[in-house]
Amino acid sequence: MTTAVSAGNGAGSGDLAEATSSEASLRRFLHGLPGVDQVGAEARAAMLGTRSIKTTAKELAIDLAIRMVDLTTLEGQDTPGKVRALSSKAMRPDPADPSCPQVAAVCVYPDMVPFARETLGDSGVHVASVATAFPSGRASMAVRLADTRDAVEAGADEVDMVIDRGAFLSGRYQQVFDEIVAVREACARPDGTAAHLKVIFETGELATYDNVRRASWLAMMAGADFIKTSTGKVSPAATLPVTLVMLEAVRDFREATGQMVGVKPAGGIRTSKDAIKYLVMVNEVAGPDWLDPVWFRFGASSLLNDLLMQRTKMKTGRYSGPDYFTLD
Amino acid sequence: MSERLEVRKTYKLYVGGAFPRSESGRSYEVTDAKGKFLANASQASRKDGRDAVGAARKAFGGWSTRTPYNRGQVLYRVAEVLEGRRAQFVEEVSASEGLSRSKAETSVDAATDRLVWYAGWADKLAQVVGGANPVAGPYFNFSLPDPTGVVAILAPQDSSLLGLVSTIAPAIVSGNTTVVVSSYQRPLPAITLSEVMATSDVPGGVVNILTGDAAEIGPWLASHMDVNALDLAGIEDADLVRDLEVAAAENLKRVLRPAPGTDWTAQPGLERMTAFLETKTVWHPIGI
Repeated sequence: MTTAVSAGNGAGSGDLAEATSSEASLRRFLHGLPGVDQVGAEARAAMLGTRSIKTTAKELAIDLAIRMVDLTTLEGQDTPGKVRALSSKAMRPDPADPSCPQVAAVCVYPDMVPFARETLGDSGVHVASVATAFPSGRASMAVRLADTRDAVEAGADEVDMVIDRGAFLSGRYQQVFDEIVAVREACARPDGTAAHLKVIFETGELATYDNVRRASWLAMMAGADFIKTSTGKVSPAATLPVTLVMLEAVRDFREATGQMVGVKPAGGIRTSKDAIKYLVMVNEVAGPDWLDPVWFRFGASSLLNDLLMQRTKMKTGRYSGPDYFTLD
Repeated sequence: MSERLEVRKTYKLYVGGAFPRSESGRSYEVTDAKGKFLANASQASRKDGRDAVGAARKAFGGWSTRTPYNRGQVLYRVAEVLEGRRAQFVEEVSASEGLSRSKAETSVDAATDRLVWYAGWADKLAQVVGGANPVAGPYFNFSLPDPTGVVAILAPQDSSLLGLVSTIAPAIVSGNTTVVVSSYQRPLPAITLSEVMATSDVPGGVVNILTGDAAEIGPWLASHMDVNALDLAGIEDADLVRDLEVAAAENLKRVLRPAPGTDWTAQPGLERMTAFLETKTVWHPIGI
């Protein structure tokens, strides 16, 4: 189903290369993107949120949502012990039930990466690290790049960078573009591989859906592997309409270039019900190809416990309580 | 002059200090003792029960750490507000239970007095059921009563106000929070009591009142792993009582069994308060 908000962008990959060739052409391209119909986007997101997902479909959705969680701790009071505990939880979210899947990744600050790496080993759970002076991004470029290299050297599989919202909002798109490219280069490892790059927009500071759409295209053209809504430090964090706009962007980007980019809403997603609404939206807007932890993630901490409680309720037939799951 | 339109009533539930409709959208007709239509009431579902348990759990920390003195004051305030609505309660009890006006008045007054009586216990319970224990060593040793947590109350079916108050008050006076399923046939006094609770300093979530079928919601509350105690006052079916007790055993809930034919007008003992207490014993070295 298409709506008034879908970006009817006919840009091919050749056009995109031209768009990024100069500051002026980049601006022309981003401002030439069709505007987002705010009312339409919000209505569509709300409508998709009313779908009723029950019984076996709900079981599948909950397990998929668990596999998509980036279990996150980004607090000033984090300790190696807390990161180890969280990593253990990531590998076995429900110790009482071996059939419970692992989460996708553990997301920590760069200095905590070695502890997460050590605990996770080769379990398959990735280590994601925020970098580039998270959450504000207010540091010199040299510091931000060093921060990124630090995280990659310490063993991070994925790097979550923040864009310079000040530069973006004042229209210095080329600067933001170049910074993403530079961070992407800093993600490279000596052996030729590279850490996955997630680009955080902090949509709560971007003010309009049009800006979210522009930021999405900007980041994708600069080579982001994932686009992520928020740091979780600013309210509002992830919302359904913002994620809808981003999902449309990755869909249109694939149509234009054939490349798939992942989406990660983060912050404010606390209940299974919310998570399932996002999954419905992923399926309806981007398509079923994105219903995979490789292409869609939830940045969350308390969400996991609610998913586990729902899962236990479905297995045992009785309501579970927070006493039976770890505090984190 | 045109005739005044009748105000037709569809009452709602009381969960977390708010008055939501049932998640299921169901309601049922409430009639008086002779079968005449009185009002519509929401018919709560298991999910309303789940929401109520969540609200009760959220309220537990704040309510249980208030000073007992303060809890006594709040309970007394409930009695005050209930007294202020005396006429309304008398009418509802009279219609619901088919009592004469004077008998309904006696019943409502007894409910008010019951609240006052329990309010007085708030700061005295610890002296009676707790105490200092003599031990063979250089320690002070105290036993103190602590509230057990979230109490699910399946309220009496016949005594629509006095029985209801006599089950809620002893649970909350010691710091527990409650999820109450009211009488199915006679829910009106419970609905008005929730309006009293909402306007009398009782924090939202401490008392949650669901109107509906205890046989439908009861099993979900009995098996809920985040409920700590169960009061079966209103269940008469022996098979259902057994099933509920079996379900409650899963996480070792404290269960207060039904006492058929309980005379709610009789002076209560401490039993309904002590049923929902844990004993905490503290050892404290002397001389440090």
